[in-house]
Amino acid sequence: MSELAADFQVEAVSPRQLAWIRFKRHRLAMLSGGFLIFIYLMAALCEFITPYGTDTRNVQAINAPPMSVHFFDKAGEFHLRPFVYGYDMHINADTWMRDYVENPEKRYPIYFLAKGERYEFWNLFYSDIHLFTTKEGYLHLFGTDQLGRDLFSRVFYGARVSLSIGILGVALTLFLGVLLGGLAGYIGGLVDRVVQRVIEVLQSLPTLPLWMALSAALPVSWSSLGIYFGITIILSLFGWPALARQVRGKFLALREEDFVMSARLLGAGRMRVIFKHMLPSFNSHIIATATLAVPGMILGETALSFLGIGLRPPVVSWGVLMQQAQNYQVIVLTPWLLLPGLFVVLTVMAFNLLGDGLRDAVDPYSTAGQG
Amino acid sequence: MLEIPLGSKSGIESCMNSYITRRLLGMVPTLILISMIIFVVIQLPPGDIVTSTLDRMQAQGVEVSAEQIQNLRAQYNLDQPMVLQYLSWIGNFVTGDMGYSYLFSRPVNELVWERLGYTLLITVSALLFTWAVAVPAGVYSAVRQYSVGDYVLTTVMLMGLATPSFLLALVAMYIGYEWFGISIGGLFSPEYRDVPWSLARVGDFLSHLWIPMVVVGLGGTASTMRILRANLLDELNKPYVVTARAKGVKPIKLLIKYPLRIAINPFISTIGLLLPALISGEAIVSIVLGLPTTGPALIEALINQDMYLAGSFLMLLSILTVVGMLLSDLLLAWADPRIRYE
Repeated sequence: MSELAADFQVEAVSPRQLAWIRFKRHRLAMLSGGFLIFIYLMAALCEFITPYGTDTRNVQAINAPPMSVHFFDKAGEFHLRPFVYGYDMHINADTWMRDYVENPEKRYPIYFLAKGERYEFWNLFYSDIHLFTTKEGYLHLFGTDQLGRDLFSRVFYGARVSLSIGILGVALTLFLGVLLGGLAGYIGGLVDRVVQRVIEVLQSLPTLPLWMALSAALPVSWSSLGIYFGITIILSLFGWPALARQVRGKFLALREEDFVMSARLLGAGRMRVIFKHMLPSFNSHIIATATLAVPGMILGETALSFLGIGLRPPVVSWGVLMQQAQNYQVIVLTPWLLLPGLFVVLTVMAFNLLGDGLRDAVDPYSTAGQG
Repeated sequence: MLEIPLGSKSGIESCMNSYITRRLLGMVPTLILISMIIFVVIQLPPGDIVTSTLDRMQAQGVEVSAEQIQNLRAQYNLDQPMVLQYLSWIGNFVTGDMGYSYLFSRPVNELVWERLGYTLLITVSALLFTWAVAVPAGVYSAVRQYSVGDYVLTTVMLMGLATPSFLLALVAMYIGYEWFGISIGGLFSPEYRDVPWSLARVGDFLSHLWIPMVVVGLGGTASTMRILRANLLDELNKPYVVTARAKGVKPIKLLIKYPLRIAINPFISTIGLLLPALISGEAIVSIVLGLPTTGPALIEALINQDMYLAGSFLMLLSILTVVGMLLSDLLLAWADPRIRYE
């Protein structure tokens, strides 16, 4: 009975709420959104979350495999405080590589919110409290690289760079795309023809070779920050045409609408009409498109840094980390160096799924997720 | 043109011809713009070929006089204004003279064609692989919408889309080594590397080709499959399909004869979008796998500021893309009459 009554209740729902309702039904998109919030938080707080800094070397564990966390010790006794076993290292006579074996005698308990390495948080203040660390011994959840640096720490420091390039690049793409697409669609005529021609040319260029050429042109003498912004600009330089094309189409259609005409007759300037009246009517689409553009930026940065012409050490990004795994000897002997790649895949997938969900949700004619 | 009755053989041909002519002419300004962009890009690095040559000579202890420097600059036209430099570069390029690669100490002409051939081969085979996977997968996903298979295929394709192609290449190397005990890389086994073509060498080549083909092709399958799936779903819900079904047309015959033919049209136009991505993917996969294609040579040329070589590669890759897009448009015009009457 009550269900029937609910059916007849008249409810007023704004388009925004409607989109949210539709989005919530898209379970994978919700999950992806959650994952992205989580990983961005981790990246933002990486100094606190990771046990070590990016350049801290542990000479006792060079090229050491990931450590497993234990609750039961060798006697089978349960410990509420998780712990790891330290490694015994010996040189493998066949491969001349270091082999690591867990030594149950070296038990290193993990302490939470404990004092560890000193770090500077966001260039604001110094602290030595870490989310988790060990008091004695060492803790390498993802193993270490050939210099004995903790991969877990480096992955999250790298996340900060790779993920922020994605957002920054898309922000720049958005700006260029909306501005140029908007001008082309709104003014029309010569401006439109020029912008359209540029879009056509940029879209028919093989992106990666040109990215390679441009980032190889960045002067070696530039600071890390300069290279970082340089790469971001290079990535957005070829990203805006797709967005501009969409925006232009929308503007062409909206230009004829009555509300735009009335705004113009009331004496609103060109920029005011574009940004105040036309953009808000489809900014949800823009957000969805922008979300789908982030993966391209992240993949671009990763590829360029992997090739050694993007970000360079000492900057740590996912691409820079993958650079260590260039040939198959390294991959066969130390496969955990591919772990940063897993984060790339997960993040890119999450952005794609989230973008799909958003696009379906903001489309007023969509039937997706209603069944 | 319209005086010829539409639908007659000659009418179609003349329409198609005029369409081809229009598209070919439209390519010219695009290519000119592209060449300008590429020229600017390769001019960007600080210093030029002469300064880097001088650096190397001085590092080797060779004394260089001011006169020699002047001669070198004149040899590369570096003493002329930008516009003239561009004109002489593009003029020579069009007439088939791509300049001299100091990195390999050989004319660029001798270097690019073989590499470009392999690039073309890998790109085209990757494109074919993409279709061979995406078409059946897209059809299955559309016909069995929301089935377990649909979800599995979509998930696998999404993962392919999300994995950087160089990571895929690395994983392929790892799997090849760990599971099959073979080292993947190159396009030939060592014993076939420098011998003339023979049947055995072709076989060896094909056994190496499939890995870059799969690795490069996988990235594009997701988007292609989803476009086909969406198009086909639109068609499958149309009344004519219901009617045909009600009249008892066999499901498979119905599917292939009508909805699939319509759904495949927009699909053809995706070649144009796919090509730049495939060529990009090919470049980086070749670098990881050490294939003798344009990718590794391009990055080497870029790092060493070998301007003529890098510029030629960029230009040729762009031409490849533009021509590929043109072909896909022509294919679409051939398959869909509405396009050519526009």
